[in-house]
Amino acid sequence: MPTEFLYLMKAELMITVIIFILLFLKLGNKEMKNESMLNFVNILLLINLASGFFYISKGNLFGEMFRTNELITLEKNFLNLGTLIISLQSYHWLKNHKHVPEFYMLLLSTLLGMFFMISSGNLLMFYLGLELSTIPLAALSNFDLDKRRSSEAAFKMIISSAFSSGLLLFGISLLYGSTGTLNFAEITTQLNGNALQIFSFILLIAGFGFKISAVPFHLWTADVYEGSPVAVTSYLSVISKGAILFVMVSVFYNVFTAISNSWYNMIFLISIATMIIGNLFALRQQNMKRFLAFSSIAQVGFILVGLSAQSIAGSSSVIYFILIYIFSNLGAFGVISSVSAITGKENMNDYKGFYKTNPLLTWVLAISLFSLAGIPPMAGFFGKFFLLFAGAGKGNYLLIVIAALNMVVSLYYYLKVIKAMFMDANENSIEKIKTNWQPKIALAICVGGILITGIASGAYNYIHSLLSMY
Amino acid sequence: MNLSLLIILPLLTALSILPFKDLRQVRLISLIGSFLQLILAFTLLYFYWNARSSGNTAIMLFENNYTWYAPLNINYHVGVDGISIAMILLTAFIVLAGVLVSWNVEKLSKEFFFLLLFLSVGAYGFFISLDLFTLFFFLEVAVIPKFLLIGIWGSGKKEYSAMKLALMLMGGSALVFVGLIGLYLNTNTGNGEHTFDILQIAQMNIAPQIQKVFFPFVFIGFGVFGALFPFHTWVPDGHSSAPTAASMFLAGISMKLGGYGCLRVATFLMPDAAHEYSWVIIVLASIAILYGAFATMMQTDLKYINAYSSVSHCGFVLLGIGMLTKTAITGAVMQMVSHGLMTALFFACIGMIYDRTHTRQLAQLGGLMKMMPFISTVFVIAGLCSLGLPGFSGFVAEVTVFMGSWQHADSFYRIATIVACASIVVTAVYILRAVGKAIMGPLQVAGNNPLLTDARWNEKWAASLLIIGIVAIGIAPFWLNDLIIPGTETLMKNIGKIVYR
Repeated sequence: MPTEFLYLMKAELMITVIIFILLFLKLGNKEMKNESMLNFVNILLLINLASGFFYISKGNLFGEMFRTNELITLEKNFLNLGTLIISLQSYHWLKNHKHVPEFYMLLLSTLLGMFFMISSGNLLMFYLGLELSTIPLAALSNFDLDKRRSSEAAFKMIISSAFSSGLLLFGISLLYGSTGTLNFAEITTQLNGNALQIFSFILLIAGFGFKISAVPFHLWTADVYEGSPVAVTSYLSVISKGAILFVMVSVFYNVFTAISNSWYNMIFLISIATMIIGNLFALRQQNMKRFLAFSSIAQVGFILVGLSAQSIAGSSSVIYFILIYIFSNLGAFGVISSVSAITGKENMNDYKGFYKTNPLLTWVLAISLFSLAGIPPMAGFFGKFFLLFAGAGKGNYLLIVIAALNMVVSLYYYLKVIKAMFMDANENSIEKIKTNWQPKIALAICVGGILITGIASGAYNYIHSLLSMY
Repeated sequence: MNLSLLIILPLLTALSILPFKDLRQVRLISLIGSFLQLILAFTLLYFYWNARSSGNTAIMLFENNYTWYAPLNINYHVGVDGISIAMILLTAFIVLAGVLVSWNVEKLSKEFFFLLLFLSVGAYGFFISLDLFTLFFFLEVAVIPKFLLIGIWGSGKKEYSAMKLALMLMGGSALVFVGLIGLYLNTNTGNGEHTFDILQIAQMNIAPQIQKVFFPFVFIGFGVFGALFPFHTWVPDGHSSAPTAASMFLAGISMKLGGYGCLRVATFLMPDAAHEYSWVIIVLASIAILYGAFATMMQTDLKYINAYSSVSHCGFVLLGIGMLTKTAITGAVMQMVSHGLMTALFFACIGMIYDRTHTRQLAQLGGLMKMMPFISTVFVIAGLCSLGLPGFSGFVAEVTVFMGSWQHADSFYRIATIVACASIVVTAVYILRAVGKAIMGPLQVAGNNPLLTDARWNEKWAASLLIIGIVAIGIAPFWLNDLIIPGTETLMKNIGKIVYR
C-alpha cells in the first residue's frame, strides 16, 4: 500500500514537496537573491514536469475518492508544462518582486487543487480540489501589490468564484439528495433524468460556466484579466480553464451519460452564445490583455463544440486543443508579458510599428495569434478543425456553420493586431526589448509546440488511443 | 517521381533565405529556388508523358499515400493528372516571373521573398492533394501570406484591401470547410469509417439530396477564390493594392485555386448537384463576364482595369465548369492557364510602368512606346492576348469554352454563350483604349520624369518567360489539350453519369 500510494499520487506529492521546499527557503534566515531563487524554482518545475512522464500507473485510492490513469497523468503533464512556461515567462516581472516564494506557493497550491480535481472520483473530492484551486487564485490576482486595479481584480474574482462555488455546491447537494451518493460511479447508475437531477445538472453547468468563463457567466473575465498581473492572467486563461475542461471531459462526461440529451442541448446553446459574444466583444478591445481575455472566451466556445460531440473523437479533440491552446495562448501572453514588464505598455496602439524594433518577438506573437485564429500550418488549425469535425459528428450542421463563420470574425481581430505590428507606422513605437534567456526559452517552447503539434500527428493519435482504452 | 518535392523545394528555399540579410543573397537564392521549381515542373511533365505514352492509364499518377491522422482517416495523399500538371506548370512560371519582377524590393526583402515562396508552397500543395483535408490545409496556407504581402508592401489603401481579401477568402474557405465536413460525414468506406480521399469519394455516389445541401457551400466557397459574382469584390481592391509580384500571384495562382477547387471538389464529387445547380452557375458566370467587362470600361487606373478584366475572364472559367460538357471543362482549364499567364504578364507590365512613371492613371500616361519600347510591346501583347487575338492563348481557351457551351442545344445555354461571346467586343474596347492611351500618342508623363528607362534584364526575362508560355499555347494548343483531356475525361466519367434532364 505505501509504495502504491507514492506512485499513484506522484504528481500531487511532487507539487507538495516543492511547496514545502519553498516554504523552508522562505523561513530560512539567509536571503536568497530573486534571480537565483527564480532559476531554482524553474529547475524544480522542470524536474516536476519530467517526473510526470515516468512510472505512470493507474488505480484508485481512498475508496475511489482519488483515481488516476494514463490519460489523467497526461492531462496533469499538460498543466505542468503550462505552469513551467508561465513561470519562465514571468521572470522579468518577478525579478523585482518582493514576494517570489509566496507567489510560487500560491500558484502551486492552485495547481495541486486542479490535480485533485482532475483525479477526483467523488463529488466531495472534486469540490475540495476546486476550492483549493480557486481561492489562492484570488490572492494571486492581487499580486501587483501597489496597483489598485489588481486589488479590484482580486475582489471581483473572489466574489464571482464564491458565487459560482455556491451554485456548484447547491447542485452537488441536490444531486446527492436525488441519488444518495457522492461517488461518481454510483451516481452514474442512479441517474434517471428526473427534474431534480436536471436542475442540479444545470447548476453544475452554471458553476463550470463561471470557471471557464462561458457566456452568460463570463462577465467577470475581462476585468479580472485586465487587472491581474500578466502571469496570473495567462495562468487563469490557460491553466485554470484547461483544468476545468479536463474535468468536464474526463470526469463529468462519463458521469452524466444518462442525461446526455440535456447535456448536449445546454452545451450547444452555451457554445453558440460564447463564440458569438466573445467574438463581438473582442472586436473592439484596445487593451491587449482584455483583447486576449475576450478571444479566449471565444476559444472556449469552440472547445464546447467539441465537448458537445459526446464521442471519443470529441473528447480527444478537446484535450488536444487544450494542449495547443497552452502553446498558442502562452506564446501570445509571453510576448505581452515581456513588453508589459519592461515598458509598461499594454495597448494595441503601442504595438504599432512593433516589427521595426522587435522582429523576432513580432513573429512569435504573430505565429501565436495565427494559431489561435486557426491558420495552417500552425497547430491551432488542426485543433480547431478537429473540434468542429467532432462537433459535426452529431449531424448538427447549424453549429458548424456558426462556428465556421465565427472563425472568420475572429480572424478579423487577430489580423488587426498583426496589421498594427507589421503595417502601421509609429513614431514612438516600443523600443528594442532585451529579454533574458528564461522568457526566450518559454517562447521557443511555445513556437516549437505550435509548429510541431499540428503537422506531426503523434499527439492527437496518442490522446485518441488513450481515450479509446477507457 | 516524388510529388512531395514540389512542396519541399519551395519550403526549403524559403527557409534557406532566413539566415541572410542582404537583398542580393536573398534574391539570388529565391531565383535559384524558383528556377529549380520550373525545372521540376517540366521534369514532372516529362515523366507524365512518358508514363502516359507507355500505356499507364491510372487516373492519378505518381501517387503517394501516407497516413496522417489515423483516427480521423486523414491521409497525406498526393497524385497528379493532366489538369494538376497544367496548374503546376502555371504556378512554376508565375513564381519565377514574380521573383524576377521583384528583383529590387528594398523594403524587408527577406520577408517578401519568404512570403512569396511560402505562398507557392500552398499552391503546389493544393494542386497535388488528393485528400480533402490536405487540400483544405494548403488552401488556407495560401491565404495569410497574401494578407501580409498586400498589407506591408502594397500601395494605396493597402490595409483595407488586405483585410478585405483575407476576410473574404477566409469566409470562402469557411464555406468550403462546412461543405467538406458534410461530404466527409456522409461517406462510408464500408465499415462505417469516413474518408477524405477524393478518389474514393468519387466512387461512392453520395446521395443527391446530400449533394444538394453541400454543393453550394463548396462551390461558393471556392467561387470566392475564383471571383464568382457577387463574391468578386476582393479582386479589384486586392489586385490594385498589391505589390507587382503579389498581384501576379493573386491573379495568376490564387484565383486558379478557386477554379480548380470548383472543378475537382465541387463538380467531380457532387455531380448530381452540379447538374441541378448548373443554371445558377451559368447565370452568375455570365453576369460576371459581362459586368466585369463593363466595369472595366469605366476604370482609369491600369491595375483596376486588369483586375476587373480578371473578373470577366475568370467568369469564362466558371462558365466552362457550369456547362458540364467535356469540351467546355477542357476550355475552362485552358482558360485558367491562359488567364494566369496573361494577367501575370499584364500586372508585371503595369508594375514596370508604375516603377518608372509613379502613376497608374490612364489620363497621366501617354506615348510610352517612345521611351520604353520593350515594356510597351509586352503590354500590347498582353492586351492582345486578353482580347482573344488568334495566336495567343486567350483565343484558344475562350473558343474552346464557347464550343463546349454551344454543344448544349437548349436555348438557355446558347443565350448564355452568346452573352459571354458579346463580352469580347467590350474587352476589345477597353484593351484597345488603354493601349492606345498609354502606349501610343504623344509622350505624356506625370511629373515630367525624364528617366524613363526601358526594361532591365530581370524584367525582360520575366516578360519573355510569360510570353513564351502564352505563345506556346496560342500557336500549338494541342499539347496543352492532350495534357488536360485525360483529366477531363476522368471528371466526365463522374459528371456524365448523370443524364442531363
